[in-house]
Amino acid sequence: MPEMIDQIFVLLKHWIMGYVPSGLQPLCSAILSVLPVLVVFPLLFAITTVLERKGLGRMQNRYGPNRAGPWGILQPVADGVKSLTKEDVVPRSADQLVHLMAPILIVIASFLVYSVVPVGRNMVVADLNAGVLFFFAIGSMVELAVFMAGWSSRSKYSLLGAMRAIAQMISYEMPMVLSGVVAIMAAGSLSTVTIVNMQAGYTGIWPHWYLFTPWGITGYILFMIAATAESNRCPFDMPEGESEIIAGYFIEYSGFKFALFFVAEYLGMMASSAMAITLFLGGWAAPFSFLTWIPSWFWFFAKLILMLMVFIWIRGTLPRLRMDQLMNFGWKFMLPLSLINILSAGLWHYLPSGFTRWSVISLLLLLSCFLLSRSLRRNKWFQERTYRFAS
Amino acid sequence: MTLSFLLLAAIAILGAAAAMNLKNAVHCVLALTLGMAGLAALYLQLGAQFVGLTQLLVYVGAVAILAVFAIMLTRSRTGETVAHGSASSRISGALTALLVFAVLAWAIFTGISPQQLSGAQPEASVREVGVALMQRFVLPLEIIGVLLTAALIGAGVLAIEEKGGDR
Repeated sequence: MPEMIDQIFVLLKHWIMGYVPSGLQPLCSAILSVLPVLVVFPLLFAITTVLERKGLGRMQNRYGPNRAGPWGILQPVADGVKSLTKEDVVPRSADQLVHLMAPILIVIASFLVYSVVPVGRNMVVADLNAGVLFFFAIGSMVELAVFMAGWSSRSKYSLLGAMRAIAQMISYEMPMVLSGVVAIMAAGSLSTVTIVNMQAGYTGIWPHWYLFTPWGITGYILFMIAATAESNRCPFDMPEGESEIIAGYFIEYSGFKFALFFVAEYLGMMASSAMAITLFLGGWAAPFSFLTWIPSWFWFFAKLILMLMVFIWIRGTLPRLRMDQLMNFGWKFMLPLSLINILSAGLWHYLPSGFTRWSVISLLLLLSCFLLSRSLRRNKWFQERTYRFAS
Repeated sequence: MTLSFLLLAAIAILGAAAAMNLKNAVHCVLALTLGMAGLAALYLQLGAQFVGLTQLLVYVGAVAILAVFAIMLTRSRTGETVAHGSASSRISGALTALLVFAVLAWAIFTGISPQQLSGAQPEASVREVGVALMQRFVLPLEIIGVLLTAALIGAGVLAIEEKGGDR
């Protein structure tokens, strides 16, 4: 019975496919695989917006939305109606076609990423040979869309925001890819399905997630920091910087196009979380061996919502960084540490398993972390600053 | 010659043609990116996942952004129009294009025809590519890595301000 509940969506698809004439089957199969992604993740986005606003409200000692529906849970519906019925204002000097294409491209890229995420056992849209590579390749399309949005608006603020966003995304894409590499090395495959399968076993009650290794937890933390920066969220939200450049690259967008950027931001955040879950948190695998009777898709979404809560928590806790701090942190701390992490993952593979391996690798990583942060602080951070452009 | 091949080929060719004909430099870059993405999709359609995705990662993710940044930083006004070349550059361009086309056509017609290849499909999975890079072609890979690192350091050295630039 648990087996059947676990596979219920797969069985459902097979049952529907039984009624489809064989000529239409490839098309129908594709539609049936894609449709749940197009329904579930926007729904999750709606839930996340409420969670975020309520959670932030709680952290900032206020109520948050509480008018639409019981406890404000209908707030996303109200938001959706608002953005759909708003006038769509396009600046007269804007580049009309590029201005229109940017939100469409960013949403397409955000959705495409989900096609390689295994949300449950046998539940992945496309099990690509190079799934992780696909994730990063499509993720890099977002940068182009951001540029298109910022440039086509013909506004100082949106261009500045786009430049900031692109500089930040490029700087943090490298640590993100490199911190993900350790999981690929350990699994020996670029396929997301294989990576999850490699983490599916248990020792006693404990799972074989890559998180529970020194290089795994380092890689996971690096990946999450880079993912926060990639999705332009606090404390890395200089591209938005309301107090400096109003709202960044999508400032000239209104109505539903603005909503599309908003959707894309959250979808990107969820996609990064989903990839972190796949690479380090065992994908759909249950956290303890005695909990395997709970369906795999439940575990995936439970982990996803937990990670989104962490994102919200971080946003409510940390102040925004400065641009130079962000760049220094990205290039002088994250990048070297992720390279050292790759090295230690390699060492881990060749050292004999046991306590020695654990202590050697942990020591190496802690020491390099300590030294790198020391060298960051050495760079006259606490001296008087001169403002080159704002005097 | 399936429908998807024709569509993707049309996208690639349209992108490349638009990149040459559009007036605005940023539009040209965007059109070129479309062409590159079309090429990547063609690779993917042929089953060369690694090549296709790398093409996407490198050209759409990096080269397009680089070109866009170069345009932004070197031109005073955003999206200044580009001057299309003089008569002599047009002729030399046409000549180059003709030569490239001739070489490609020669390679296609003298190479192995697809009928001869129809037997066992060559394995070009990511694993095979990785094994080849790490075993047989490890020296070229390392040399390219050193070269790129040197180029990166050189670019950094050129970009550093002589005085006061202490970042």
